[in-house]
Amino acid sequence: MDFDLNDEQRLLKESVDRLILDQYQFQQRKQYMAEPTGYSSTMWSRLAEQGLLGLPFSEAAGGFGGGPIETMIVAEAFGRGLVVEPYFATVILGGGLLRRAADPAVLAALGPQIVAGKLKLAFAHIERHSRYDLANVATSATKDGGDHVLNGAKSVVLHGDAADKILVTARVSGSQMDRDGIGLFLVDATAPGVTRRGYPTQDGMRAAEVVLTGARAQMLSENALPSIEHAVDEAIAALCAEAVGTMQSMQDLTLDYLKTRKQFGRPIGSFQVLQHRSVDMLVALEGARSMAMFAAVMAAEENPVERRRAIAAAKVQIGRSGKHIGQEAIQLHGGIGMTMEYSVGHYFKRMTMIDQLYGDADQHLAGLAALGGLFGAAA
Amino acid sequence: MDLNFTEEEIAFRDDVRRFFRSAIPDSIRAKVAEGEGLTRDDMIQSQRILNQHGYATPNWPVEWGGKPWTPVQVYLYQDEMQLANVPSPIPFNVSMVGPVIAQFGCQEIKQRFLPATANADIFWCQGFSEPGSGSDLASLRTRAERKGDKYVVNGQKIWTTLAQYGEWIFCLVRTDTDAKQQEGISFLLIDMKTPGITVRPIVLIDGGREVNEVFFDNVEVPVENLVGEENKGWDYAKFLLGNERTGIARVGASKAKVARIKELAAIEQSGGRPLIQDPRFREKLASVEIELKALEMTQLRVVADERKMAKGRPNPASSILKLKGSVIQQQLTELVMEVVGPYAMPYQRDFDGRNEPVVGPDYATEAAPMYFNYRKVSIYGGSNEIQRNIIAKAILGL
Repeated sequence: MDFDLNDEQRLLKESVDRLILDQYQFQQRKQYMAEPTGYSSTMWSRLAEQGLLGLPFSEAAGGFGGGPIETMIVAEAFGRGLVVEPYFATVILGGGLLRRAADPAVLAALGPQIVAGKLKLAFAHIERHSRYDLANVATSATKDGGDHVLNGAKSVVLHGDAADKILVTARVSGSQMDRDGIGLFLVDATAPGVTRRGYPTQDGMRAAEVVLTGARAQMLSENALPSIEHAVDEAIAALCAEAVGTMQSMQDLTLDYLKTRKQFGRPIGSFQVLQHRSVDMLVALEGARSMAMFAAVMAAEENPVERRRAIAAAKVQIGRSGKHIGQEAIQLHGGIGMTMEYSVGHYFKRMTMIDQLYGDADQHLAGLAALGGLFGAAA
Repeated sequence: MDLNFTEEEIAFRDDVRRFFRSAIPDSIRAKVAEGEGLTRDDMIQSQRILNQHGYATPNWPVEWGGKPWTPVQVYLYQDEMQLANVPSPIPFNVSMVGPVIAQFGCQEIKQRFLPATANADIFWCQGFSEPGSGSDLASLRTRAERKGDKYVVNGQKIWTTLAQYGEWIFCLVRTDTDAKQQEGISFLLIDMKTPGITVRPIVLIDGGREVNEVFFDNVEVPVENLVGEENKGWDYAKFLLGNERTGIARVGASKAKVARIKELAAIEQSGGRPLIQDPRFREKLASVEIELKALEMTQLRVVADERKMAKGRPNPASSILKLKGSVIQQQLTELVMEVVGPYAMPYQRDFDGRNEPVVGPDYATEAAPMYFNYRKVSIYGGSNEIQRNIIAKAILGL
């Protein structure tokens, strides 16, 4: 048992940490967000140059063969930088879906384009009443020659407006809530029958409403739900790591503030009530870090029940720790923490949105409870 | 990063697992599982079995019966011990006074006390806290005045756990009243049979008698019972308190308790079905399990870091483990009480001899007393507020 990174992982960590430090200061991020696309295409090219876009792809698909630990390292650094580029949508979620659900030939064709920064993806699965249930799919897929035709409406498609191609869940057979009969499809974002309305999200990123009216699509997998769930579990593990980076930044900022802000003639960090509250933030952070590591280690687990338990547990911990740290970070900063101009609120907002992504703490707690918990006799 | 144990570590784990589950009598392990108090004989019997097999004092120097184990092995030993509901070796002997004597005592005092301490031929108790010195331990006032080849001890200790069993007590005493608080304290070993010592029990809210007041009235103690140097006792006490680094989280014990709660909740009914099928109850339990998993992972991270740290130095991360571990233990006692429902009510046993016929299931008897009693774990060993002070200073630099 050891928690150490190997040499390659250490190098990766150094380079991605350096990138965030040099290129992703709060003011720089503001400039990236001000570009018409809502992110920096220069930064996207840089991520390609550094090999980060190819990180989780096999060498056969033009990538570098990184696993969940490598993803964890990158995601944590991106959480500290509040990176706004569509990395999660394209590389982690999109790439994961291609790896888990698509034919190797499709992956071999698309992988190199992603790695080179020439193809951006998005995953469209949320519908008006599906909430966090990946199996709740009303969008229909009808066979038409060699292709399928999709009809339906998808909501809050992360980076859906930046995407060149969109991965879509659509029902091939069965009724709206059936686990069987959900296909995974690939549509060209500019194809006839695809309309997109992009908008900013609360955390400074972008999303889109996507309406499909007779859009022609390529079927990647006919009965795709188990593979989709695995890819989403891996994506959740990455979100957990990103959240740890975000929490760490809030903790650092708050601690720094406590040491420098003076009231009543002394640093406010000398007051015991604030010391204890920042200790509780640290305890929440360390619990989250531990569970993010647990999630990373369990993300590749093929047994879906074991994997689900671990990922659900981690997402609960992340949601709770994140809410605690975020709210306390704002409170301990006082008024300055409330301003758009200062960074801590932006971390708080990203953290809050991470809890709303792919199941909040309550949702995953209920899921874990239904699976019998983590320890001992599962009833 | 690899969270799997090596083959050697797994073999080690299987060895200790087999040993704990076969060598320690089931009757003793059952008491631990249900939270029943152990008798003095139970504790001594269990420790002697451990000692016979070299498992009583792994944290001691090898020449005095310790093991050259890696931090991972120490972790596995503790975890398996707790999972098997084996009583921890008497902490006063093994985690507290033993290591101090081994580290700071002269050869003669080591020979005199260490083998007997390992084998529980001496039952130790700890004389640290005083009525006016709880969290502010260094303000202690029990006085030891040097008169010839004796110290004369006057004062009072409190919260002395199991002093009723104690044959010897290790005390922090003030030997210099002029020096700075921390610099006038010595570490003294006192035979409880010495004239002038009075032990008075303190009954706790669960009806248990585990703590006491100990009064010292002109108690004469030979100077050779001083450990190390005079007025260096505060350093030794800090060493003692820093010694317990990761076991304090009690992760194994809490895992065993979770498994037990699941068994009991499958027996107890609510609304015509086993309580364990109630989603609300399951969520409450799952919630604590997540905290426990996070604690276990954090503990493993601390264990992995131990390899890189100097031995005998307090690791402030252990304060995080204490903070979380204590609260989880408390939450689990609440859940046991919730499981047994109305059967938590009958007051059936106490140490004044009350021993009513059991009402309801056996396992309900200790549910409420255990909950009441476990409020102590966030108070003793440095209250959770003191742990926060330590973390604020040592980790956060506030």
